[in-house]
Amino acid sequence: MESIRDKVAIIGMGCTKFGERWDASADDMIIEAALEAYEDAGIDQKDIQAGWVGTMWGGDTGRVLAEPLKLQFIPVTRVENMCATGSDALRNATYAVAAGVYDIVLALGFEKLKDSGWRGLGDTPHPSASRGIIGSQGFSGPSAFALLATAYFAKYGLSPQEGKRMIGMISVKSHHNGALNPKAHLRREVTIEQVMNAPIVAWPLGLFDCCGVTDGASAAIIVRAEDAKKFRPDPVYIKALQISIGHSQGFTRSDFDYLSVYESVHASKAAYAEAGIKNPRDEISMAQVHDCFSITEAVIMEDLEFSPRGRVKEDIDSGFFELTGGLPCQTDGGLKCFGHPIGASGLRMAYEVYKQLQGKAGERQIKNPKLGLTHNLGGFPAAASVSCCIYGL
Amino acid sequence: MVGIRSYGAYIPLYRLDRSEIVKAWQSPFPVPGEKAVANYDEDSLTMALAAAWDCATGIDRQEIDGLFFASTTSPYKEKQASTIIAGAMALRRDILAADFGGSVRAGTIALRAAIDAVKAGSAKNVLVTAADLRLAPANGLNEMFFGDGAGAVLISNDAVAAEFVGGHTISEDFMDTWRSDRDTFVRSYEERFVREGGYTRVVPEAATAAMNKCDLKPQDIARFACFTDDPRHVNAAARILKFDPAQVQASMFMITGLTGTAMPLMLLVAALEETKEGDRILVGGYGDGCDALIFKLKGQLENVRDRLGIKHHLASKRMLPNYQKYVLWRGLMYMEPQSRPARPTISLSALWRDREWGLPLYGSKCKKCGTPQYPMQRVCMVCQAVDQYEPYCFADKKGKLTSFSHDNLAITEDPPITTAVVDFEGGGRITCNLTDREPEETKTGMDVDMTFRWMHYVEGVHSYWWKCRPVRFSNQR
Repeated sequence: MESIRDKVAIIGMGCTKFGERWDASADDMIIEAALEAYEDAGIDQKDIQAGWVGTMWGGDTGRVLAEPLKLQFIPVTRVENMCATGSDALRNATYAVAAGVYDIVLALGFEKLKDSGWRGLGDTPHPSASRGIIGSQGFSGPSAFALLATAYFAKYGLSPQEGKRMIGMISVKSHHNGALNPKAHLRREVTIEQVMNAPIVAWPLGLFDCCGVTDGASAAIIVRAEDAKKFRPDPVYIKALQISIGHSQGFTRSDFDYLSVYESVHASKAAYAEAGIKNPRDEISMAQVHDCFSITEAVIMEDLEFSPRGRVKEDIDSGFFELTGGLPCQTDGGLKCFGHPIGASGLRMAYEVYKQLQGKAGERQIKNPKLGLTHNLGGFPAAASVSCCIYGL
Repeated sequence: MVGIRSYGAYIPLYRLDRSEIVKAWQSPFPVPGEKAVANYDEDSLTMALAAAWDCATGIDRQEIDGLFFASTTSPYKEKQASTIIAGAMALRRDILAADFGGSVRAGTIALRAAIDAVKAGSAKNVLVTAADLRLAPANGLNEMFFGDGAGAVLISNDAVAAEFVGGHTISEDFMDTWRSDRDTFVRSYEERFVREGGYTRVVPEAATAAMNKCDLKPQDIARFACFTDDPRHVNAAARILKFDPAQVQASMFMITGLTGTAMPLMLLVAALEETKEGDRILVGGYGDGCDALIFKLKGQLENVRDRLGIKHHLASKRMLPNYQKYVLWRGLMYMEPQSRPARPTISLSALWRDREWGLPLYGSKCKKCGTPQYPMQRVCMVCQAVDQYEPYCFADKKGKLTSFSHDNLAITEDPPITTAVVDFEGGGRITCNLTDREPEETKTGMDVDMTFRWMHYVEGVHSYWWKCRPVRFSNQR
């Protein structure tokens, strides 16, 4: 089995302002992200030979990308892997380039969530869902991930207040970073007291434990590694691209303890092997992980071997994941504050890593990053689709 | 010999103190006591199933060849509830499942029909279950009086615990309490006509005729267990019948309220719990006439004494905090809609495919590695063995909460809805909702058991499935 490591590079990226884009349609945001990526890569749309578009609820077929951009009869594939959709669009585009079939391709993810008129994300309709937790009962995203928090607090003997404080500090950090990011959805610092006293969405998770519900689009232009320097002096190379899909084991197997998301473990181990990483805590310079909820970030840090099992609290308390810490995470505000337009999020994470590696992250620039990691989780802790990607110069 | 082989009952966990109703309406008629109130996820079907489940404790369900459901408040006007109950109990398909309705006498009519069927030899074991959840107009006496509950008996010609001695039935058109096809709430005619013109005329007539047929006198009856829509009426009928107050089975007016179609069966169960071998019980059902049915207790009764019945259900209760909660649970007020997408329509073909699995809560148990799993898995979740499984029932298993969340976002009639991860004794996991719980008392490691509940209503379809609840009874299930 071959590896994708150093075979392809990203030469241009675009990302819209994330937020409640009442004034912008999905098409507007697709155009906004694509044009920024073209300009960044120094290419023309005519140079694009194939496209991959990631969206969960944004429409069917590659037409959703071809129509706004007026792509001229080139192949476009629509990709869906729930919240890990954006990363999977990138993965599929990358493989086509690595195979030598295309020279320049576009991967773009988007979601227009705020036209729904409801709170939170939509439900995934399962016409055949007869009886069972998904599709037939009330079961929201916050509730699915709150199961991690209840189990984690119980396992490690944290009272609800202690547990909420631990995960609350994760949100405080992300709000700090988001406030520094002009493209972020939520740009206000919050205190731990505000986080802990916020209304409960799904016990024990409160409002500030939950990420933003956001409109946005992000895009990447991908070429073969050997061609990358023809476009720019600082292309970003793909070191690893892994995805792991669960089989709903957590809904059925009693040995799933809700202290870990297996797919995160599988995807990250595979990514570390692909990138040749022995000690992720020391070797990864920065990470954009899938912090859909504060507790998710806590568990991811352990699943990704950034923190020892059951000891993420020590790293949260010491500021290890803050901008000035040993392994800055969610440097752009994360899903928490940059926002979470489902299909766009994986490419938004890549956008932040790309900018940080190029030293273009402005006020939130970290010092001398070498390797950046993105972790993108779709579905539920019990049944997830997890992408783990590693990028470097 | 034909008679009652087993009995069971169901009373919801929750009770409303009538003073809350008095307070809400500043009522000038303070009625004392409590009424049993079904949770928002309970209805006549789920309560009838719970009573039938209790009744079938320790009995091979493959022996049951009839399931009669009686109620004036079936979830469907056209569509049997009895087949849903039979399916959830995994009864055989070659049985007679029937719905009885039309009046609150439906409970004793179903009882008579079951007795006649067994007598005639067309069935050996017929399970009769009756439930009601009647709505009365706000700020009226019936709102104070009505309560929710269910009772069940298994009529059999084998292992009879209470022999059917004889009975008498009167059928006559008499409009005193009714609900038309356009009504949500029960209507009643002028009270003195209801009592004098109807109840105290017909009930004594039928009861006397029944006793005469069996060559019995009032003093031969240990308990007179008779339906009533007003606690004063049954006492008036008993006086006419020359029963001592001690012979009258207490109407449970003060503790559950008056439970309509379920009431004669619930009173019968209460009487069976309190009487002994040789005692006779006269069961009375009323509505467009009267059924008076006499049973004589046998020694076999001791073999079915472990039922939850009325006694254990009465001892297990939680008080509703206020009248508003009752209004919410019964859907009597237009509540601010949750800002969430509408529920998808329910696929009836998918439900039908699930009839032998999800409806009776059967999963699969891998024959190779032995792991129970839900839903049924053709490919084993653990060892990936293909099509090597046997059905495995989770409905009668206890479990523990591994994790939970109180969800304020998901759509439900009574937020928050509690998501629960249940790991079962003997293996297997189901993620489902936790009901009949207090959010602040919910803990990981908590013992739970399974209860069949109403899930939701979309485009004319009521959907039902199982939820877990904190174990309500330590001695059973």
